[in-house]
Amino acid sequence: MGVEGIGAKVLRKEDRRFITGRGRYVDDMSVPGMKYAAFVRSPYAHAKINGLDTSAAEGMPGVIGILNGQQLQGDGIGNLICGWAVSSKDGTPMKMGAWPALASQTVRHVGQAVAIVVAETQAQARDAAEAVMVDYEELPVVTKAVEALKDGAPQLHPEAPGNLIFDWELGDRAATDEAFSKAAHVTRLHIHNNRLVPNPMEPRAALGHYDPAEDHYTCWTTSQNPHVARLVMSAFYNVAPEHKLRIIAPDVGGGFGSKIYIYPEEIVCLWASKRTGVPVKWTSDRSEAFLTDAHGRDHETDVEMALDADNKILALRVETVANLGAYMSLFSSATPTYLYATLLSGQYDIPAIHANVKAVYTNTVPVDAYRGAGRPEATYVVERTMETAARELGISPAEFRRKNFIRSFPHQTPVIMAYDAGDFDATLNAGMEAADVAGFDARREEARSRGKLRGLGMSCYIEACGIAPSKAVGSLGAGVGLWESAEVRVNPVGTIEILTGSHSHGQGHETTFSQLVAERFGLPVDNVQVIHGDTDKVQFGMGTYGSRSGAVGMSAIHKALDKVEAKAKKIAAHLLEADEGDIVIENGEVKVAGTDKKLGWHEVCLGAYTGHNLPDGMEPGLKEGAFYDPTNFTFPAGCYICEVEVDPETGTTQIIQFVAADDFGRVINPMIVDGQVHGGLAQGIGQALLEGTHYDDAGQLLTASYMDYAMPRAWDLPMFKVSTHETLCPGNPLGMKGCGEAGAIGSPPAVINAITDAIGNNELTMPATPEKVWKALSAVE
Amino acid sequence: MYETKYHRPVSLPQAAKFAADHGDEGKYLAGGMTLIPTMKQRLAAPEALIDLRHVPGLKGIKVEGKSIVIGGGMTHSDVAMSDEIKSVCPGFADLAGLIGDPAVRHMGTVGGSVANFDPAADYPAALLALGATIRTNQREIAADDFFVGLFETALEDGEIVTKIAFEAPDACAYEKFRNPASRYAMCGVFVARRGGDVKVGVTGAGSEGAFHWSEAEQALSSNFAPEAVDGLTMPQDNMMSDIHGSSAYRANLVKVVTKRAVKKALGH
Repeated sequence: MGVEGIGAKVLRKEDRRFITGRGRYVDDMSVPGMKYAAFVRSPYAHAKINGLDTSAAEGMPGVIGILNGQQLQGDGIGNLICGWAVSSKDGTPMKMGAWPALASQTVRHVGQAVAIVVAETQAQARDAAEAVMVDYEELPVVTKAVEALKDGAPQLHPEAPGNLIFDWELGDRAATDEAFSKAAHVTRLHIHNNRLVPNPMEPRAALGHYDPAEDHYTCWTTSQNPHVARLVMSAFYNVAPEHKLRIIAPDVGGGFGSKIYIYPEEIVCLWASKRTGVPVKWTSDRSEAFLTDAHGRDHETDVEMALDADNKILALRVETVANLGAYMSLFSSATPTYLYATLLSGQYDIPAIHANVKAVYTNTVPVDAYRGAGRPEATYVVERTMETAARELGISPAEFRRKNFIRSFPHQTPVIMAYDAGDFDATLNAGMEAADVAGFDARREEARSRGKLRGLGMSCYIEACGIAPSKAVGSLGAGVGLWESAEVRVNPVGTIEILTGSHSHGQGHETTFSQLVAERFGLPVDNVQVIHGDTDKVQFGMGTYGSRSGAVGMSAIHKALDKVEAKAKKIAAHLLEADEGDIVIENGEVKVAGTDKKLGWHEVCLGAYTGHNLPDGMEPGLKEGAFYDPTNFTFPAGCYICEVEVDPETGTTQIIQFVAADDFGRVINPMIVDGQVHGGLAQGIGQALLEGTHYDDAGQLLTASYMDYAMPRAWDLPMFKVSTHETLCPGNPLGMKGCGEAGAIGSPPAVINAITDAIGNNELTMPATPEKVWKALSAVE
Repeated sequence: MYETKYHRPVSLPQAAKFAADHGDEGKYLAGGMTLIPTMKQRLAAPEALIDLRHVPGLKGIKVEGKSIVIGGGMTHSDVAMSDEIKSVCPGFADLAGLIGDPAVRHMGTVGGSVANFDPAADYPAALLALGATIRTNQREIAADDFFVGLFETALEDGEIVTKIAFEAPDACAYEKFRNPASRYAMCGVFVARRGGDVKVGVTGAGSEGAFHWSEAEQALSSNFAPEAVDGLTMPQDNMMSDIHGSSAYRANLVKVVTKRAVKKALGH
């Protein structure tokens, strides 16, 4: 490898523009004649719309147009879709209620859009939006999924009686029941996985521009997957034909899943641009973000684990109620099913598993994938249960895990997944050593002498990334394939452009992807330009989510580089009059092995483009593309250990140390991987300690600003001790697994296991706020 | 934000005149750390803003012996960094340094915070415990009379907080327990001892804003030690209760935080 190849801590190329304020985000975009949009939003969680009076608003200064849901429907704009069909266990398809981009009959959550106002300035648009009179007739409200399932609960959608979208199962119920009947011990737990608001630093935005001269549409939008947005907006929403629609997702300031989905606002801005004849820009403010960005998690789960007399796990039984909010968001059906229940085996050899998931409508913001998407929920269930069982059995949590680890691969779990590789002992050992678990008792005693309670908690997570083999996900109901594409364009001077269907919104792709070229040809990363996020430039792609850009996106680049390398070698062999098999490319030079014959990389590239002296029959040029379809999921895994100190007088938890020992397979840039883990841990610790989402009985989001929604700050976090252990993934050419979500997946149970250890009370829900911990302590005293 | 007029008076009388012109529809703007976010959220829509930041006479910190006078226009950072205040009343400087974050401390002002009387603001606890005087462009008001109820003070329409004044006590300290979300005080306690007389100001916890904890004042006046508070119980009735903490929890916090403030004042 070169100094900037695989394994090198290359500084992020993109950071120069980000930290000097030169990033270009959607809200920075401006086109001639552009006007501003504001949305009229429902103040009620559930109401019938009896009328809409825009007369006062239309006369206000600067107002260009006000458009409503009836006009939207009249123009044939389709309802929002859910891209993954999940059926109930009795075979009936999921019951999906209609979700129009602008509501014209019923609103089902606070913040739902009912009209758009386009005006000369943003302030004028907002003032006029406030003057739109909507005649709402309030309807009864339900915000909790468990309540929504009860008889007599308010009904949201006529399509879904009892608010039940599906009642799905996975695994073998009979085998699980049989195993429980033989159990020597059963551990039972009720688990609440708290609803989270994603809060990317950059709020969503959309700029829709219809150009009548070309009959062409352009939409700049804060998207993690612009090609999917184009496909869905053309094929399902009829906003514009696919070949007449360009989607651009420029610099995007964080997504965490919330920018995967195609939201009402970008559809409406594009449609409104054609309707009003002006380019229309909308930028969400933070309050709108709280009320309209898809939320995450929100599960209620009952779990039971059956154990034999030797402390081996016999079976796991899981009953989950998943709150999907008021409408089914794009991947909302997959998150609590195929991304959740398939991971319930954890790192353990569990012979029988049965999971039952009920997905439910409520009068809340739609819930969808959020950093980890289903796997944090699964990990929380498994790892809280493991810790609880170990405590009940009076054995060391580490030894209990070790006793049940999977050690031979491939391993077929009872819940679809076939783990291809792993070394769970290695990460457990690394974690325990880094955390000095052996010295914990002494530290606990020392803390006790200061009146503080120390606790140690562990979480041995496994997750599934690199989604996913298209054939497999197709058979499970996915509406799209989950391959990735790449194109490598070598310029005549030898510099290289990588066009990728992945999308970078903070992950550092411009650097990491360039390192593949550095590795392959020994070129500096500065000679590589990574191009993404524009459907006019990149032919197609599935975007970035589920930690797939390495294992899937980079595999596609790797394949395209194979083709470039092969052609370059053919050209070089011809020019150097050598055998193709003897050509090697390194340090920017193309050499004949074992001789001093060589050419500069740029000379070979120029030769490809002059075409003056190419092998007979070879086409000029040096540009190759590839599509890569994964052969399996990848399975990152690791061991997280959290040590906390609780102040019994106030219930405050301080994280003393946090150890993350991860196995991500091949690491391309260790610095960027560490950064991904740090960020994931901050979010996971945020979920465990701070981030509580509260609705009142009327369906008002009480935690709709940073005054009430507690985001983690730097001072809430310790210096992390992170390390990686590489067990290569056999399923892709680079051996990569994925690292984007692990921190958020593995950390919440480690934190809660640590606090419950400290206070001696296992009854504690996330977020473990000081008050909750104080109450839990009072309960044991 | 709604459209609003902006006035920049250069004297107190001119500021008062603008205020009188706009009546209830005008708002004084100092650091804007509460008002501007509220306006950006369109929760406040004053017809006019009257910017006090360029009015002379609101600036300056004057320390003579134990007497401290702080201009209403001084920022929290000015107070926190003042060597003079730190030398005679370090507890007060410490409190100012715990407000918000650096950006807020460099914009927000003493006068603005005092006039706004947010139930979780820090200064009111100190001004009550210190027996401070709030000077305005019209009169002087004792802190005990100044703070009336939630966001309600003795200020009349158009009245401007020009200075706060107090005598540094023999010992004092502020202890703050932050709300996990907003990081405002969920409970902040300022204790001040002058000879055998101890005052305790509590902010963030009470349902009517900052208050004196008289029982603790009595107990601590006879024994200025954390243990003196042990036997006391803060009644829950007047405690705030919300998603961040029940009244029972806040009542507990008042006691715990008071003990810690005493400990800090004792230099432990």
